Amino acid sequence: MEQESRYRIQTLILEILLVLVGLLFLVPFYFLLSNSLKTFGEILSDSASLPSSIQWANYKAGWEAINFPSAFKNSLIITIASNLLLVLFSSMTAYQMVRRDSLYNRLLFGVFVAAMVIPFQSIMLPLMDVTSRTGFSDSLWGLVICYIGFGAPLSVFLFHGSMKSIPLEIEQAARVDGSGTYGVFFRIVYPMMRPMFVTVIILNTLWIWNDYLLPSLVLTSESLQTIPIATYMLFGQYTKQWDLALPALVLGIAPVIVFFLAMQKYIVSGIAAGAVKG
Amino acid sequence: MSRRKLSRLTQQLVFTGPTTILFALVVLIPFLLGIYYSMTNWNGVSRHLEFVGLSNYAHVLTADPEFRNAFWFTVRFTIVAVLVTNLLGFFLAYFLTKPLKSKNVLRTVFFMPNMIGGLLLGFIWQFIFVRGFAAIGQATGISFFKLPWLGNEPTAFWGIVIVFVWQYAGYLMVIYIASLGNVSKDVIESAQIDGATHGQILWKIIVPLVMPAVTVCLFLAISWSFKMFDLNLALTGGGPFNATRSVALDIYREAFTNSRLGLGTAKAVIFFVIVAIITAIQVRATKSREVEA
Repeated sequence: MEQESRYRIQTLILEILLVLVGLLFLVPFYFLLSNSLKTFGEILSDSASLPSSIQWANYKAGWEAINFPSAFKNSLIITIASNLLLVLFSSMTAYQMVRRDSLYNRLLFGVFVAAMVIPFQSIMLPLMDVTSRTGFSDSLWGLVICYIGFGAPLSVFLFHGSMKSIPLEIEQAARVDGSGTYGVFFRIVYPMMRPMFVTVIILNTLWIWNDYLLPSLVLTSESLQTIPIATYMLFGQYTKQWDLALPALVLGIAPVIVFFLAMQKYIVSGIAAGAVKG
Repeated sequence: MSRRKLSRLTQQLVFTGPTTILFALVVLIPFLLGIYYSMTNWNGVSRHLEFVGLSNYAHVLTADPEFRNAFWFTVRFTIVAVLVTNLLGFFLAYFLTKPLKSKNVLRTVFFMPNMIGGLLLGFIWQFIFVRGFAAIGQATGISFFKLPWLGNEPTAFWGIVIVFVWQYAGYLMVIYIASLGNVSKDVIESAQIDGATHGQILWKIIVPLVMPAVTVCLFLAISWSFKMFDLNLALTGGGPFNATRSVALDIYREAFTNSRLGLGTAKAVIFFVIVAIITAIQVRATKSREVEA
């Protein structure tokens, strides 16, 4: 009893302190949202208080300035296409590496693991040369190909780790029942790898959706701009025009915040699982 | 016999072919090309490349104060950012595994900044530092908020640290929470019965048991901070007077502002070597501690 009451007071103090830290974490969102609804003059004269009159017109201007529907669509296409193909290709590769333990496969796995260390900035300049020579530049598919190639090492590595825990006996039983290699993989192994799919998709989505540098190097057409590129262009064009920039930033972060709040459980467990394996 | 061999080969090609080809095209070939380009006078326009041997490397290592500055900035930033992010991430996790009413909401709040990419975050915080802090300073009179945050060398450094910590502490918190969940309650309870203090339990029992998570979190934080680019570009653009220019940003500027791609690739190769060495040392150091624990 005595221990419990002491515990409660301590917990309460701790709780209050942590809530304060939490509010501190939210302050940037407050500034962003409240100022996105003010006139330019009010942003400059008083950026701390709530807007005196709400300027929805800012959002219309911001929406048009980054061409939100187009930027959102491009970001979505790139993220979904890269994710689907990355998951398909790298899970197949990992399966082959685990089940056919040849010298070639071991070497390939070693190269993939080593390549995870390579920073993107170390290969970006020659990569631009490769994409322009092969005709990949300035196309969404070219960009998706880059994401698959660059994302493959980590995805293969994660699948490789989870594949080892799938018992061989189940596959052998399916084979006895007459399934071929591809049938075994897609009907037996694939469903068993589902938890790792979530991890790989979450990690790749966070990376690809938010990436600025690679698309900025590969894409040049205005119609292909992703959300980060459109935002960067806006800031280059209208320096310090906050009544336009802030609503554009709110629109830019809205999809990913909604995605997070809807998928929070999967995202958090996916990241934890990815870290333990990685 | 040969048919079986053929089907094995087909299977190998179908299962590993697409990944291998795309990986080679996007990572391996550019990586090798980069080593070659780093020994040329490549400028991105002229197709005629002149082989210049190791002179680009000699230039970068001995006669390039900007690279040296960028390197020291990156090292200082990495040390501070890795320590603060990990400490905050760990303690948030430690407190949020206690039975608090608000723990689920708080976990969400702390993690949320991580969903936003570095570029947009950088722009958001540019506004906070330039307008928001000034407004708080005016309202409260606290001098901390009246500093010229992004316009001054030391404060710009801490400005980037603040945003980096705000962005990544929640991510590390999630990993530490998962790891703390695996610490057995029996061990802690028996230590309590033996009269161990909170501090002793934390440092002598919990920390050694979550060492694997520490390895992962240090690894992640070092990798994020050493390779920082988007946040740097959007928040300070490397300024004021190049004081906060990271190595990644320096490579970018060398290539696209100065159009010296040969020199840029030499920096890129050096950057890779440094990252590889740091990674190797770091993994070895924390892995050996893990075994002892």
